Amino acid sequence: MFTHLCPPLLGVVLELASVDYLILGLYFAFVLGIGWVLRKHQKTSTDFFESGRSLPAWICALGFIGANLGAQEVMGMAASGAKYGIATSHFYWVGAIPAMVFVGIFMMPFYYGSKARSVPEYLKLRFDEKTRTFNALSFAFMTVFSSGISMFALAKLLNAILGWNFDGCIFISGLVVLIYIYSGGLTSAIYNEVLQFFLIVLGFLPLVLLGLKDIGGWDGLMQNLNSYSEAKGMPGAWSHSWAYMGDAKANPIGIEWFGLVAGLGFVLSFGYWCTDFLVIQRAMAAKNMNSARRTPLIAAIPKMMFPALVILPGMLAIALYHKGGSANIALPVGADGTPDYNMVVPALLSKYFPHGMLGIGLTALMASFMSGMAGNVTAFNTVWTYDLYQRWFKPDASDAHLIKVGRATTVVGLLISAVCAYAAAKFNNIMDMLQLVFGFVNAPLFAIFLLGMFWRRATGHGAFFGLLIGTLTAVAFQGCTLPLGETVSLLKGGWLSVQHTFVSSMAQNFWMAIFAFTGCFLGTLIISLATAPNRTDAELRGLVYSLTEKVKDHHETPWFARPATLGIIVLVLTLGLNVIFW
Amino acid sequence: MNQLDVRLPMGLLFLILGLILVGYGLTADPAIYASHSLGQNVNVTWGAIFVLFGAAMLTLAAKAKKTTPRD
Repeated sequence: MFTHLCPPLLGVVLELASVDYLILGLYFAFVLGIGWVLRKHQKTSTDFFESGRSLPAWICALGFIGANLGAQEVMGMAASGAKYGIATSHFYWVGAIPAMVFVGIFMMPFYYGSKARSVPEYLKLRFDEKTRTFNALSFAFMTVFSSGISMFALAKLLNAILGWNFDGCIFISGLVVLIYIYSGGLTSAIYNEVLQFFLIVLGFLPLVLLGLKDIGGWDGLMQNLNSYSEAKGMPGAWSHSWAYMGDAKANPIGIEWFGLVAGLGFVLSFGYWCTDFLVIQRAMAAKNMNSARRTPLIAAIPKMMFPALVILPGMLAIALYHKGGSANIALPVGADGTPDYNMVVPALLSKYFPHGMLGIGLTALMASFMSGMAGNVTAFNTVWTYDLYQRWFKPDASDAHLIKVGRATTVVGLLISAVCAYAAAKFNNIMDMLQLVFGFVNAPLFAIFLLGMFWRRATGHGAFFGLLIGTLTAVAFQGCTLPLGETVSLLKGGWLSVQHTFVSSMAQNFWMAIFAFTGCFLGTLIISLATAPNRTDAELRGLVYSLTEKVKDHHETPWFARPATLGIIVLVLTLGLNVIFW
Repeated sequence: MNQLDVRLPMGLLFLILGLILVGYGLTADPAIYASHSLGQNVNVTWGAIFVLFGAAMLTLAAKAKKTTPRD
């Protein structure tokens, strides 16, 4: 989330042995086998698109974080760990956990309880058709595009480090994902996300342990990071998460605490974890309301520990790189003399993993890439089939017809992903531009969900035009601001008139989100008050907080596993981590 | 909907991967560990952990099958 990977063409080169190929082959066989076994369970559209709403909370929880744990996340966070140090943990402890608790405790009752089949469908029930279609269209484009980016990143990385054929990587990865989603639908995607989760955990843990041993343990790591921080002119900044957030110029992220908390911790984080159907779909596959609510809360527990697996490798790599000598790591260096942070994970794999474990590490990476693709494609086929095809083309479609459309959409989605992957290879700026446009559309989104769920007076017109106002606010904000050291352009900003310069592009991004959210919130509020309500109280029952019976926790669930208790435990643990690594 | 228990394929996969790692770790040239994993035979160590994890998953799947009534 929030990170974009651009692996280089040159860099670390790995050579595989037969045992590594055997491990990779075995993984592919199991992935396809799971799809094959699950195919006979796909009897209704609910089975195919929603896993029959039958999965236990722990599987949905691992799918919930697995769908977000694409290889771009794994490699991007390792790169950020090297670039920003422990402060990268803000993307987890500020930019994920609080939102995951919020969606589990407060929002899931509306998503799951309303019986909506998708997030856009919830918007239809709560607001109106135009708000749903706007969200469905932007989401559908974004998911196939993201899937294409995963495909491109996988092919480019394998081409760079293993010398494999780019076209072959696109074809094979696309075909494998196609077969297992086509056969087993959402269940197949979630099961593979669970597999990938354990592969990442068990495959990356030895990498971290070996790196720590090599650098001289935690103390050795801190000592080397402090020395590196001093060399970069920001003493201590790589080994503290909050201590240097008082001033944007004192930390490598280039943002101050307010922009971080409000922009990342509130707008972007809540906008992603609470409204993005890619992750919400995993919770909606749960077997009952209690499990659906517990899904993001259970997921939050491993999520808060993930910095140890995905950020620590980056910190280790930069510390080893700085230390040099026998512990040195072969990070490729760019023309400007700075190391290529995106190659941190392959460089560590090459340094610490002999054949055998190397196969496991690569399998875990490939599983992450394919999970990222599959997660996006399953969300795409559901939104296309339910929210666009069934609504606009065939409202009376039979259940069997919907499954056929879902399968055909899977094929089409992967074909579009492949086109996006080739477009990314040829026109990198177009991809950056598309990402920027999606940023404009997504930044204000959480405002209409917040108002829709907790303010019964919010209207359909208010939500739709509020969303447009929020998007336009984001565009105008980007046109009036520029990150330090960048020149005015459509991509970087300042094309209207440079009114403010930010220390980093991340700071510009976080503040753009704050402005877009505020614009959307105020726009929705004012337009809602100026327009007549389009839903009666009876229609809003189950969709709005004040009109919905409060969900009571199951008495059969032990006290410590109930959503409210879990939420408190998760928040206390997260607070503890922030204090420990202050 | 009577789904496949995910612990079954997962347990099997990790069990087989673990056995492959242990087998390879015991038979491969020890020199590969000196040049990579700080002299430690990580294939045997982590292979054993994979085997234990796989076996635990299979045991849990078998237990769940016993306690779940058949359709």
